[in-house]
Amino acid sequence: MKLLVCISHVPDTTSKINFSEGDTKFDTNGVQFVINPNDEFGLTRAMWFKEKQNATVDVISVGGPETEPTLRKALAIGADAAIRINAEATDGHAVATYLAAAAKEGAYDLIIAGRESIDYNGGMVPGMLAAMIDANFVTNCISLEIDGTNVTAVREIDGGKETISTVLPLVIGGQKGLVEESDLRIPNMRGIMMARKKPLKVVEPTSETSETHAVSFEKPVPRGAVKLVDADNVDELIKLLHNEAKVI
Amino acid sequence: MSVLVYTESEQGKFKKAALEAASYGKAVADAMGTTLVALTFNVGDASELGTYGVEKVLNINSVTAFNAKIYANAIKQAAEKEAATVVILSASADSRYIAPLVSVGLSAGYASNVVAAPSSLSPFVVKRSAFTNKAFCNTEISTAVKIVGVSNNSFGLVENIITAQQEEFSPSLATSATTVTSVDKASDKVTIADAEVVVSAGRGLKGPENWGLIEDLADVLGAATACSKPVSDLGWRPHSEHVGQTGKPVATNLYIAIGISGAIQHLAGINSSKIKVVINTDPEAPFFKAADYGIVGDAFEVVPKLIEKLKVFKAQNT
Repeated sequence: MKLLVCISHVPDTTSKINFSEGDTKFDTNGVQFVINPNDEFGLTRAMWFKEKQNATVDVISVGGPETEPTLRKALAIGADAAIRINAEATDGHAVATYLAAAAKEGAYDLIIAGRESIDYNGGMVPGMLAAMIDANFVTNCISLEIDGTNVTAVREIDGGKETISTVLPLVIGGQKGLVEESDLRIPNMRGIMMARKKPLKVVEPTSETSETHAVSFEKPVPRGAVKLVDADNVDELIKLLHNEAKVI
Repeated sequence: MSVLVYTESEQGKFKKAALEAASYGKAVADAMGTTLVALTFNVGDASELGTYGVEKVLNINSVTAFNAKIYANAIKQAAEKEAATVVILSASADSRYIAPLVSVGLSAGYASNVVAAPSSLSPFVVKRSAFTNKAFCNTEISTAVKIVGVSNNSFGLVENIITAQQEEFSPSLATSATTVTSVDKASDKVTIADAEVVVSAGRGLKGPENWGLIEDLADVLGAATACSKPVSDLGWRPHSEHVGQTGKPVATNLYIAIGISGAIQHLAGINSSKIKVVINTDPEAPFFKAADYGIVGDAFEVVPKLIEKLKVFKAQNT
């Protein structure tokens, strides 16, 4: 089984978000970048397929040279080879188009992406990719089992979950649940050393196909100070929620 | 020309998110000087949509089970039939599953998590939340057909009462290799996605055995229950309740956080909620800086009192 894991290079979840150039660009100053958490759950599940079902695992990312440490980390965790598409990730459609070209080229059986990146939260790349390469598609995936070309996946739905039966080739929008938080792997020294020797191929993108673009960014309006209510006077809280906030 | 909204239903009843998407669609249609058309599946009587300004309803009865690919194909055909230039979906799990497929089908740019009506129609610019609610991004969609995913509880329900004209729609739909074999869903519980109020708790509750308190408070308020990341990682509560950057976003009217300190990832996840209440023993907990109302106190003392007083309040006010 040939497996491709899509890796988005995103600000660490603790990052403070700021913008530059008149609020038109994300300010990367002082920001630590990591593997998108939703992708990392997928990558860890991919390692299971590699170890238990002899899958080969490639990882791919769209971005400039600054994304290479993130790909190297994925290689250190255990991926076999990496591909970097040398383009700016301008929008979900452009990223999906670049990935679709690489996916066709590599003839992958299974592609695992995160359900969304934690930076732009578009939640569209896996679905668009699936539609572009005419593969089956399951998003918000919290469990994935493969037997030959038959797939059993569990999708989180509003208020519950559903079990889905489908076949390869398949694109997954993964999230926590594919593996547990405690299953995530920290690269060890051997992994890091081996990752240096693993292939990282840089591919030039197909033509630019953005359908949307960020005109400007803004931050939420800071809220006023909290109104404290005495612990012995919960009636006061109920009054405030009813009369002032009008939410109960 | 028209605006098409996909109005999601469950057992023939429209979801609140669908009615909100219709309200949004009506605002866009009015701004464009055109009409709002809705697409539904298996809804016997869709007249309720007229309340939110839907002029025409296309109902499909030929598809029984939910399938993202088939639904997306149906929405594409409805958009083509109605010459829709804007297609609106909600932020429900199913709509978010479908929207990217419709986007490719119609070669239409898609903006998700949209929180306000377009600030401009030409160019078409919408405000969407990004960086897990830590910021907003004004996004231009430059394709001829545009797809907008409306965030839950962002636009609200806006009535524009007219009579919706209903017709049967039978697009030609291929089969799919993907089938749902079982669904596991509690029918009697309010979901986080649909809830007006969410009661959420953290490690301050000390153990899963104490969640009865949270469920009781949620019951009084008709609320959904949620939890912090450590609580779901410890296995005290299911992952589906985890709220935050890697869990679920919560955009509700009232969010009550009990025994949650307020890590930046958690606060990001709930940022779109309108009113936030925190109950915590530690007055230095970061959550107090992000909340509207707070009580410094022990949950085990405050929450039972709150439940009791809310019961009295509800009895007087309903």
